[in-house]
Parts: sequence; structure tokens; C-alpha cells
Amino acid sequence: MCLAVPGRVLSITEVDGTLMAEVDFGGVRKDVCLQYIPDATVGEYVVVHVGFAIQRLDEKSAQETLANFERLGILQDEFGDGFSRAADQAGVER
Amino acid sequence: MKYLDEFSNPDLARKLLDQIHAATTRPWAMMEVCGGQTHSIIRHGIDQLLPEGVEMIHGPGCPVCVTPLEIIDKALTIAAQPGVIFCSFGDMLRVPGSTQDLFGIKSAGGDVRVVYSPLDALNLARENPDRQVVFFGIGFETTAPANAMTVYQAKRLGVRNFSLLVSHVLVPPAIAAIMESPRCRVQAFLAAGHVCSVMGTSEYPALAEKYRVPIVVTGFEPLDILEGIRQAILQLESGRHELQNAYPRAVRAEGNVAAMRMLRDVFEVTDRTWRGIGMIPNSGWRLSPRYRDFDAELRFEVTDIHTAESALCRSGEVLQGLLKPHECAAFGKQCTPRNPLGATMVSSEGACAAYYAYRRLDLVQIS
Repeated sequence: MCLAVPGRVLSITEVDGTLMAEVDFGGVRKDVCLQYIPDATVGEYVVVHVGFAIQRLDEKSAQETLANFERLGILQDEFGDGFSRAADQAGVER
Repeated sequence: MKYLDEFSNPDLARKLLDQIHAATTRPWAMMEVCGGQTHSIIRHGIDQLLPEGVEMIHGPGCPVCVTPLEIIDKALTIAAQPGVIFCSFGDMLRVPGSTQDLFGIKSAGGDVRVVYSPLDALNLARENPDRQVVFFGIGFETTAPANAMTVYQAKRLGVRNFSLLVSHVLVPPAIAAIMESPRCRVQAFLAAGHVCSVMGTSEYPALAEKYRVPIVVTGFEPLDILEGIRQAILQLESGRHELQNAYPRAVRAEGNVAAMRMLRDVFEVTDRTWRGIGMIPNSGWRLSPRYRDFDAELRFEVTDIHTAESALCRSGEVLQGLLKPHECAAFGKQCTPRNPLGATMVSSEGACAAYYAYRRLDLVQIS
């Protein structure tokens, strides 16, 4: 749960007075709160934890980490369906 | 070295390991604080690549695992109430309470939802004004800014049907508690990288000095962990005990100033009971008085909780680094991910889950 995934900022908008961004994580796109990295710009990479950017990251490191996470199936775990995973673990029909 | 070719950069892994082996002259025991690091270590067999006598002790840094049983039972009671939408991270679903888990509440008809972000829960509250929406706000300093911002927004936007069941825990007091334990064997710490992405590193030099223990801020990927171990070994071998940052690409000394400002506004420090470990003074955050109206524990006034832990489960010892998962008699027998006795067997950061996922077949062969 302390996993944080690097993603690339695709666009920035303000929603109800809150800075939000669409962020691409190796193909998966999520809405991410930018309030803690308010000066992030489109094209930059940020480290995201539970929908919040908590730090910036250089592009090379970000791409290496993303490739690593994809290879290890970590992106699927992070963005997959939590109920399906729990059902698999419990060994019950969904 | 059967795992080495699975590293993203085997040559770099080899170089780091060579330096670790060259520097090590005697046995050392170091603790990786974070459960994400534990999984990476076990999955990649990093502990088996180290010099003989260098031991990785797995730490308490699995937030799901240390969330107190009383809070889990309260969550289950609230989630079962009609009219409630109970939102959680997926990792919490199968954590055993005294008699059941959130997954069971959902199967029995409770409205339990898994969200990616706590802001998703706030949006659910705005979309369902006639329902009470509760978010299970657990985690270390990494996760707390997200929950803090969500409560701040709920107050700002006047979303009165939203509340947070909060049980945050903090790393530095846990490091102190581990060092104060008479059974402590830890000689160095790999500190949790993303906790420091938020909080910076200012809390750690005093701990390193007081307990004369090297603390190396470390990332989560296999090469990051090897670099953290390398720096810790070099400190131990030269008799130093300092804070070092082996994860500078994501950790700045000052942390995330905006996040820390929000944390100070929304939360206040409190004593916290850690499941399996016990009460650690000043080791958690709760909502500050300004945000108490959004505290699910107060809103729902859940009383009459009678907690009952499994008599067989030894996860408390696992979380304190006193026992390796497979040394528990119930491991893989009475206790499996399908029928867990403790949270450490089901959490994606639990040490028992890591050993079960990546070591179980090796352990059967050895026995």
C-alpha cells in the first residue's frame, strides 16, 4: 500500500477549486490530484500514490520503473479490480 | 544466483552484490521497514544473494497488518449498517476481524466498495447525498496526505454525509519502539522511501544518533534495495551510524512541504495501538479538533466491540522481526491466503503473504 507509481501528466484541470491531472501509467490513465505538486506541468512525470502526486521524477527513472512494474505485474495489481483479487484469494466464485 | 537474471539490470545487480560481498567481514542484521520492500526482497531472493550471516529482518511497515483489530471490527460493524456505503482500499477486504472480514460483509449484502483514491469515496458521497459514505483511512505517512486532502475537501465543500474511519501510523516512533525492545537484534534500518518522499528525512538523524544505528532511506525496486543494503553495510563495517538517502530520485530532504502543511492542519499526533505489537506512544495520527465532525468513530458511536485474536496466529512476532513467517507452526497449514489467521497472510505487503507466494515450494522441499 506504500506503492507509488510514476506516471506522465497528460493534462491539467481545476475541479471544484482543486488541481487535478489526467496521468498516464504505461497505458492506464487515471485522474490524479496535483495539489501537492502544484507546479507540475504537462509532460512531466510524477510519483503517484492512491491518486495523489507526492513527488516529481525524472523521465528516465520513471520509464525504467514503469517497465519494471509492468514486467512484474505490479501495474495490474495496482489498477486492477480489488474485488476480483480478493475473490481469487478467498477461492470463491465471482 | 538463480534470481540474478530476473533483475532489470543484471550487470548492475552483480556489481552491487560484489561490493556488498567485498565489504562484509562479519554477520549483520538489518531491518527493512516497509512491507513493499519485504515483498521485493523475498520475490527476488535478495536475502539469499547476500553474504552468509547478513540477515534481513522484516519490519512492521505493512499498514493493513498493523491496523488494530478494534478498528477493523468497528469498520465491519459500520459497513454492515443499512444506508452506509463503506469504501476501502482493496488490500483491506480480506483482513480478518474478530469474526469476519469486509469481503464477507459485502457477500452478505453490505455496500462495500473498493476505491483507487479516497477522493473517489468523496465523489460517491456527493453523488449519494441520502447515504452515509465512510472511507477506511489507514496507512503510513505516504497515504495520510491523500486522506487529509479528502477530509479537507469534504469540509470545504460541505459534504456532510462523508466521514473517515482513521487509523494512521507513523514510522519514526516504530523505529524507536523496535530499538527500545529488549529483544531487538536490528543493527541497521532500510527506511521506507515513499514515507520520506512525503515527510523528508529530518526525523531520522536524531534516531540514528540516539540508537547508534545506520538508517538508509531506500526505494522498493530490487536494485534500490541492493543499493540500500550496500550503503548500510558500508556504514556498519566502518562503525558509522548516520542517515543516508539511497533513493534521492524520489526523496528530497525537505519532503513534500505542501503535503506536510496539510497533514499538520487535518491531523494531530496520538498514541496508537499496533495490531500484534501493542501501544506505541505518539505513533499515529487522528483527526484534529477542526475536523472531528468527519470522524466516523464519533459519527457512528460504535461500542460493544469485543475483540478476539486467533490463538494460533503469531503475526505480532513476525511484524516485530522476532519470527520469520515459516517458523510459525500454522504457516501454510491452518493459515493460508484462503483461510488467513492474521492480516500478514493476506496483505500485499504482509511478510507471511510474501513467503507464501514466493517461498512456499522451497520451504516444503527443505522440510
